[in-house]
Parts: sequence; structure tokens; C-alpha cells
Amino acid sequence: MSAPALADEAAEALADGTTVAELRADKRVRRRRATLPYVLLAPGIIWLVVFFIVPMWSIVSTSVETGDMDTGFVLSWRWANFGDVWSQWHQQIIRSLEYSLMCTVFCLILALPLAYFIAFKAGRWKNLLMALVVAPFFTSYLIRTLAWKTILADDGWVVHAMNTLHITPLLSGMGWTYSDNSVLQTPFSVVCGMVYNFLPFTVLPIYTAMEKIDPRLHEAGQDLYASAWATFRKVTFPLALPGIVGGTLLTFIPAVGDYTNAVMLGGPKTKVIGTVIEQQMIGTGGNIPYGAALSVLLMVGTLVITLAYIKRAGTEEIV
Amino acid sequence: MSKNTETPAAGGAVAGDLKLVNVTKRFGDFAAVKDLTLTIPQGSFFALLGASGCGKTTTLRMVSGLEEPTAGRVLLGDHDVTRLRPYKRPVNTVFQNYALFPHLTIAENIAFGLKRRGVKDVKKPVQDMLDLIELSHIGARKPNQLSGGQQQRVALGRALINRPQVLLLDEPLGALDLKLRRQMQIELKRIQTEVGLTFVHVTHDQEEAMTMADTIAVMNLGRIEQLGSPTDLYENPRTTFVANFLGQSNLWPGKASGTVGEHLRVRLEDGTGVLIPSARNNASGDEVIVGVRPEKMSIHASADEVPDGRNMLTGGVVTDTSFVGVSTQYVVKVAVCDELGVFVQNDGARIFRPGSDVVVSWDPSQGFGLDGKQDIDAGAEADLEAGS
Ligand SMILES: Nc1ncnc2c1ncn2[C@@H]1O[C@H](COP(=O)(O)OP(=O)(O)OP(=O)(O)O)[C@@H](O)[C@H]1O
Ligand SMILES: [Mg+2]
Repeated sequence: MSAPALADEAAEALADGTTVAELRADKRVRRRRATLPYVLLAPGIIWLVVFFIVPMWSIVSTSVETGDMDTGFVLSWRWANFGDVWSQWHQQIIRSLEYSLMCTVFCLILALPLAYFIAFKAGRWKNLLMALVVAPFFTSYLIRTLAWKTILADDGWVVHAMNTLHITPLLSGMGWTYSDNSVLQTPFSVVCGMVYNFLPFTVLPIYTAMEKIDPRLHEAGQDLYASAWATFRKVTFPLALPGIVGGTLLTFIPAVGDYTNAVMLGGPKTKVIGTVIEQQMIGTGGNIPYGAALSVLLMVGTLVITLAYIKRAGTEEIV
Repeated sequence: MSKNTETPAAGGAVAGDLKLVNVTKRFGDFAAVKDLTLTIPQGSFFALLGASGCGKTTTLRMVSGLEEPTAGRVLLGDHDVTRLRPYKRPVNTVFQNYALFPHLTIAENIAFGLKRRGVKDVKKPVQDMLDLIELSHIGARKPNQLSGGQQQRVALGRALINRPQVLLLDEPLGALDLKLRRQMQIELKRIQTEVGLTFVHVTHDQEEAMTMADTIAVMNLGRIEQLGSPTDLYENPRTTFVANFLGQSNLWPGKASGTVGEHLRVRLEDGTGVLIPSARNNASGDEVIVGVRPEKMSIHASADEVPDGRNMLTGGVVTDTSFVGVSTQYVVKVAVCDELGVFVQNDGARIFRPGSDVVVSWDPSQGFGLDGKQDIDAGAEADLEAGS
């Protein structure tokens, strides 16, 4: 603040009875207030540097190194690594994106009515039902996924029922399974596992958004000639949209890198990019720069899709 | 309103009165509305008046279809709408809390009903409505950028644009300050006369009900206590609840002791005999509660000043005097009542200070009689609560 301005302020303040001392104290408080945001931000910034910027730099620089396991890798800025990995594994990259897209769509189809029901119709059972939605988290991810191997086993009742209802031939007709009486080791079983594992991530943000909607708005909708469905489309959905965008992103982004489901419930034909990266980085592949290049590629791909999605959904405030 | 305007009557033509027939609504064991029968003529401004929790909102919700009656029927003209879904009824509501859609602009909020009914060109009717509620300049804003009074007008416009057969208003003016409230009352009344729709207006502001409505129903504990024109209700209350709830009344218990011409003689508890018109006596037996409105009473320094033929209570002492400009309001202690209200118009006559010995009187034609077997204070506390 310039000196004359301060003088003006002082004159003004003195006019309504404030003393100069009070004015100085006031200034000190204001200065402290100006630095306070940075103090509060510091832990976050340090966190970001240590756990985001540094690893980010590390992975990007690794992706342009050359060498081998025995002699070690040196930073040679070989951008052609990206061309190499794309031509070798683009199938797996596209497959990963396909699976996670399907997973997200099915999660959304399940989560919308579920969240709607819990938020508006469950009454006093609300909290219990929400606890049930997250209950699977109390067991290990691996065990939960393994359980689906039993659920979808060839001689299990699920597959029997699907056979009786002629669903299995339908699935194999669509190319989601490979035979008429088995569903394991197929894209179908992998996506089943993914939907199961990621559903809570979709439900929670949607539920939170819907919970905040005043139920009286539904009554207003109905009063204004909107059927239950029209009220959902014109009132509930737009108001829950931030939650829907958040939920689908929370599902889609981790699903792209997930390979547990593909490994445990899938087979050779369902290999996803996560598996490839794992093999290159720590497994039998042995080419760490290739693994890093794939990671960067996947990250950029996910980011582009996410940004395009958010832009279309029109809720910029969540980025 | 010409027939070829862009807003067709909602839900097809089922003209006529709104009728509730033996309607009961129970929530669990609790009956919020008890065996209510009511006819609201088409085109009238009907006010539902009553203390908090007496079932006004519940009654409206059964008309709009948001609540289904436990028993009884709701009719629009000859059309039974009891089980009709809310979105199929030609009825719109201005909600107690407005319930505007926060994600839509003012103009979109107003267009909502028309669009749902498949009206293609909503631009002109929406503009006309914005003009009517005087918000044309802010049609593009969202509801949370509006003041309370503006939101209230949007809620009104959003319902009114559909030209429903019945418009339900659930205390739409409750949140407004007094000045804006009076302004909106005049506005509402103007709009109602202009469009000629049936308005059912819920309020617990009795003054509001009296100035706006053609007919008032006073509700108490899920029942209609009395129904009539504002003057009728005020001049001829039939129960102590109505007498106390609608304005103020001085009420004293007594016993009928014969007739004098057109009048009934009632002996009050201290032995004073007063006359009330037989025609205005609602008591079925001997026990009669005599009622007189405070502004119908006069105050005098001594019994000599009281003209002949007037009822009179002697031996009073003024306990409180409030000068309110147009009138002076006295509280007088007499034998039959500790807190008798007397409102005297400020015509320049002398003002009695607290402590003065006085006599109060009134013309026999101004009294009324109520059944003695009811709670004499019913509605008095409710009025205090609602009036605050
Ligand atoms: N959904 C419900 N479940 C149980 N009781 C209810 C329900 N809705 C209303 N009630 C009860 O029914 C009674 C009437 O409620 P209502 O909302 O009709 O009152 P009101 O006359 O509109 O009051 P106010 O002037 O305060 O708005 C109240 O005692 C209320 O507690
Ligand atoms: Mg109410």
C-alpha cells in the first residue's frame, strides 16, 4: 500500500475514533494474514514435490534411457523408445482402455439407481446400506478378486443359471467370452471383477451428490408435470452431475492401470498393459525404459481422455 | 384470457370446483387431517388459516397429489383425482420454501412446467410471465443470486404460467418482511383477479387471510373449525377457538336466564346481567360464553356517563394503557375478567391512566354467545405463536 493511501486510511480511521496504535496492530494482522495461506499450503507443496514432481521426472527420464540389465541404463534421450513400445504393445494399451471404459459404463449403470435408492428411498437404512457398499473393502483386494474365480467357475451355479437362460451363448456371440459353457479367462470375467472392485468408487461420489439434493425439488418437479423419470432427467441428474463425473473418473483412472483382475480372472487373451509394464519393470521383460515409456504413454492417454470427458460434461470446477 | 393463448389449460379441461369429501390423512397413529369436507368454488380466493401443525400443508399436499389421503376423495369438478399422480393434475403449488431448481436460470425455472407438457415455443409466455412478476431484467440469473422476495415471485411465476385450475400457495409470503409482504399480497390479489384462477392460500397470518380471501376456513387440530367470509368469521365466530384466533375477543362464562325481546339475558359469574342478540347465540344449552370484540367496547369514568340500554361492567380498574396512534388500547381488570381489552378510537377523548377507576360498556347488538362447554382460551396461545 502506498504511503498517501495509508495516510488517507489513517485519517479516515482517526475520524471514526480508531487510534494510530490500533491501526498499526491492524496492519500487522493483515500482514500475517497475507503469509498465512503460504504457510498452510507448504505441507501440500512439499508433498507434491516429493511424491509427484520427483517421481514424475524420474519416470519420464527413465523412459528415454537405453542399456540393459547387466550394464545398467543411461539417459540417452532416446525418444524412439515410445515408438518401439507402441508398435509392440498397442494392442494391450487399447485393450486396457476398452476394459476400463466398459467397467466405468457398467459401474455407472449400477451406481445411479443404487445411489438414488439409498439417497432418497432408504430412509433410516441409509447409513447401513452405505456401510454395506463399502464393506467389501474390509477384505483384501486379492482375496475378493479370487472369490470371483469361484463365483464364475464352470460348474458354479452362476454359469449354470446363465446357461439355462441362454446368456452364455449370447456373450460368446458378442465375443465377450470364448465358449458356450464357460466364462472364466475371458474379457467378460475380467470386466466382472473390475466392476465389482470399482463399484464403491462410483457409488460414493454419486451418493454424496444426490444426498445433498433437496427431496422437495423432486416434489416440485412432479408438481410441474414431470413424471418420476422426467424429474430424474431434468432435476436429479443435472444436480448429481458433479458426483457422476467424479465417480466415473475415480473408477476409470485406476481401472486403466489395474491388472489384478486381468491376471486372476483372465487368460492369455486378456493381457492388459499393466501386466506388460510389471513384466518390463520388475519381471521377466527386463527393459525398464520400455516399462517407463509405457507408463508415460498410459498416463498421457488417460489424461487426454479425462480432460476431453470433463470438458464435455461441462463441470470444469472439478479439475 | 382468450382460449387461443399459448398456454392451454393443464391436463385437459376438467372445469369446476375443488371438493374434498371426508378426507382423512393419518401418519402412523397420528391423524393430521380428520374427516375434512370442503368445497372451494372455481375462481375464488380461499384462505386456509390455522396454527402451526394443524394440517394445512397436509391438506394442500393431498390436493396436489404429493400425499395420498388415508380415506376420502378429492374432486376437481366431477373428476375424481384422489389417486391421480401429481404430474397429471391441473394443480400447481407455490411451495413453503419455494423449491426453485438451483441448476436452472429464472427463465428456465419458469419454463419448466410448459416444457414438460410439450409446449414448443415457450419464449413468449416466459417473457410475459417475467414481465408480470417484474423480473425481466434478471431472467438469466440463477435462483441463489436472488433476494427472498424475488425468489418468491419466481416460485409464483413458475406455478402461474401453467394456468392451473387450482393454484396452491403454502405460506408463500412467510419469509418476507412486512412491507414486501403487504406489497406481494396486493400483487397476488391483483393477479388472481386478473387470471381468474382458484387460489388456495395457506397462512397463519390472520390479517393476510382477511384482506385477501373471499372465503376463510379456520383449521384446528386437523379439522375445519369454521368457514365463511372474513366479516362473517370475525363478527360471528362460532367457537372460542375462532373468536380468539381471528383477532381478539373478550370472553366470559355465564348462564342464560331468560329472553328480553330479541335478546338473551346472560348472568355472568359475578351476577351482572348482560344482553346478547338471540340470533348471535351459538350455545345449545344454558351455559353461554359471552364474547365482545375489544373495539366494540367503550370506557367511561363512571356509570352515569353510560347511555341507556348498553351492557355495562362496573368496578373496573385500568391496569395498562398503550397509545398506538389511531387508537388507545386499555387492559382493564373487572370482576369477571382480569384482562379485559378495550380499544378506543383516538377521537380526542380523555385517556385513562393505569390505576383509574372505570366502567366499560357496549351495545347489546355487538355481543355474541358461544357454547359454554369449551375451553375458553382455545386459540389464544396459538394466535400469539403465529402472530409473532
Ligand atoms: N410425513 C409426516 N410424517 C409424520 N407426521 C407428519 C408428516 N407430515 C406432517 N406430519 C404431522 O402432521 C401435522 C400437520 O402437519 P402440516 O405440515 O400439515 O402442518 P401445517 O398446518 O402446515 O403447519 P405449519 O403452519 O407449521 O406449516 C403435524 O403435527 C406434523 O407433525
Ligand atoms: Mg405448513
